[in-house]
Amino acid sequence: MTAFLARRMLQAIAVVILVTLIVFTLLELAPGPDRAAVVGTAAHSQFLVQYLSWLGQVLHGNLGVVSAGGESVAALLATSLPRTLILVGFSTLIALAVAIPAGIFQAARPSSVTGHGLRVLTYVFYSMPAFVLGSVLILFLGVGARWFGAEGPQYAGLGQVITDWRDLTLPVLTLALGTIAIFARYMRSAAADSLDEEYVEAARARGADERRVLLRHVLRNSLVPVVTLLGLSIPQILGGALVVESLFNFPGVGFQIWQAAQNHNVPVILGFTLVFGVGAAIGSLLADIAYALLDPRVRYARA
Amino acid sequence: MGSAAVAILVAMFAFCFLGPLVYHTDQVHVFFKFANLSPGAGHPLGTDADGDDELGRVMVGGQASLEVGIAAGLLAAFLGSLWGAASGYFGGVTDAVMMRIVDAGIAIPTIVVLLLIVTIYRPTEPVLVLVIAATSWLSTARLVRAEALALRTREYVQMVRVMGGASPRAVLRHIAPNALGTIAVNVSFQIGNAILILATLSYLGLGVQFPAVDWGNMIFSAVQTISSGYWWQIVSPGVAIMLVVVAFTMLGDALRDGLKSKSRGR
Repeated sequence: MTAFLARRMLQAIAVVILVTLIVFTLLELAPGPDRAAVVGTAAHSQFLVQYLSWLGQVLHGNLGVVSAGGESVAALLATSLPRTLILVGFSTLIALAVAIPAGIFQAARPSSVTGHGLRVLTYVFYSMPAFVLGSVLILFLGVGARWFGAEGPQYAGLGQVITDWRDLTLPVLTLALGTIAIFARYMRSAAADSLDEEYVEAARARGADERRVLLRHVLRNSLVPVVTLLGLSIPQILGGALVVESLFNFPGVGFQIWQAAQNHNVPVILGFTLVFGVGAAIGSLLADIAYALLDPRVRYARA
Repeated sequence: MGSAAVAILVAMFAFCFLGPLVYHTDQVHVFFKFANLSPGAGHPLGTDADGDDELGRVMVGGQASLEVGIAAGLLAAFLGSLWGAASGYFGGVTDAVMMRIVDAGIAIPTIVVLLLIVTIYRPTEPVLVLVIAATSWLSTARLVRAEALALRTREYVQMVRVMGGASPRAVLRHIAPNALGTIAVNVSFQIGNAILILATLSYLGLGVQFPAVDWGNMIFSAVQTISSGYWWQIVSPGVAIMLVVVAFTMLGDALRDGLKSKSRGR
């Protein structure tokens, strides 16, 4: 286990360093003034010197300023990140609760009417971009039926944001439906694979009924990869959050990135990209460690 | 499932590229008199804010979506296959370095990198193809690398080495062609994905630029007046995107299932 952990940590460190390098290389593409806003006085020195001085600043929590003399990028991040976490947290929980049973059902009864129906629904939501789904929901449930607000919560306080279910429902639902489709596709194939395994055959041979086979053997064994799935889906979910936040005018991290892109504000996009990238790399590391804790086969096989 | 997917794709191609030859509409001029008409006689899918016919616009808009999506998807699959095949073939330190680069690239949400790049470069169709491919090849690289790792121990690849064949030749002539099944499946997913990414960029106002039209920027315009409830302006291009992406995803699934049962049969 220690060997596996050490190896995996080293890999994660390499990935994080590469993320900073990629982000910094992207900065090289930016026009002079934008670059100067991020690297400051080092703008005229060599690439490596610039990179190291920028990295030093970042490690001190200095991600640059939003505009000359204005708010710092780190402060903007501190106000917008909790909002994104609320949106992503709620929708991921809903997605897991729906997708796990839906995926297993599809694998167990692929040719039943419900199985076919779930399959079609999964395809539809998987292929529908978040902005189409979100605008359709706004059109019919927000503007049409007036059940929910057409805009995300606009309060300054996080407590008010969480309790404003009328405005929070549509953004959460939009992100959740897209995530359900991604997870359900994965669960279906994971469950289909474990249905082919020998332990399922063995359980059936011992006379276990189908319900017991599904709950005790298939569900348990397909839950382990869900941890990996969660870790690997972080970038995709954050990308979805960007679209949802811009559609619903919800001032989270994604919304700020979108605003920054429209105003050509390179320091903001760059700082936020870095945080997203490092966050996702750490998430994938944690997922791998959790996987190894849950499934001893992994740590013996890879270490 | 595969044949249904092909049928949808053929129909959508005919609709976008042959449709305008049969169903003539003026998508250039502005007709305020006819703005925002709901579906009815003369305009089966209604009109948009400029008074242009929605059905004709979905046809024309699909051309950009399909062209950029297919070009970017193919390019991404090609780049990813080369990277993955080389990484898996060489193994060792080269493989570790190449795959950590892929890990780092995957960690950063694609759409964010794209936003940064199109903020700096004016997005034209060729630029969009390049940047979408440059951010999507990573998943293909992972898949093909796994395949290459399995293939490099096969006798015929070992033979090339023993006979003193050059490495690039082994990668191009033996590894890549034998991973072709995996690659074909992936091309289908990559195209569907590229169409989604392009639509998302255009929807965010940073993809295909006015006066050019694609499905994403049609929805971008429609969302500006969403509180007026002109549902047809969102539903029409939305359904078009969905049909094409569903078809490419189903095609990929069908190819993968076919590949699986073939290798089991052996």
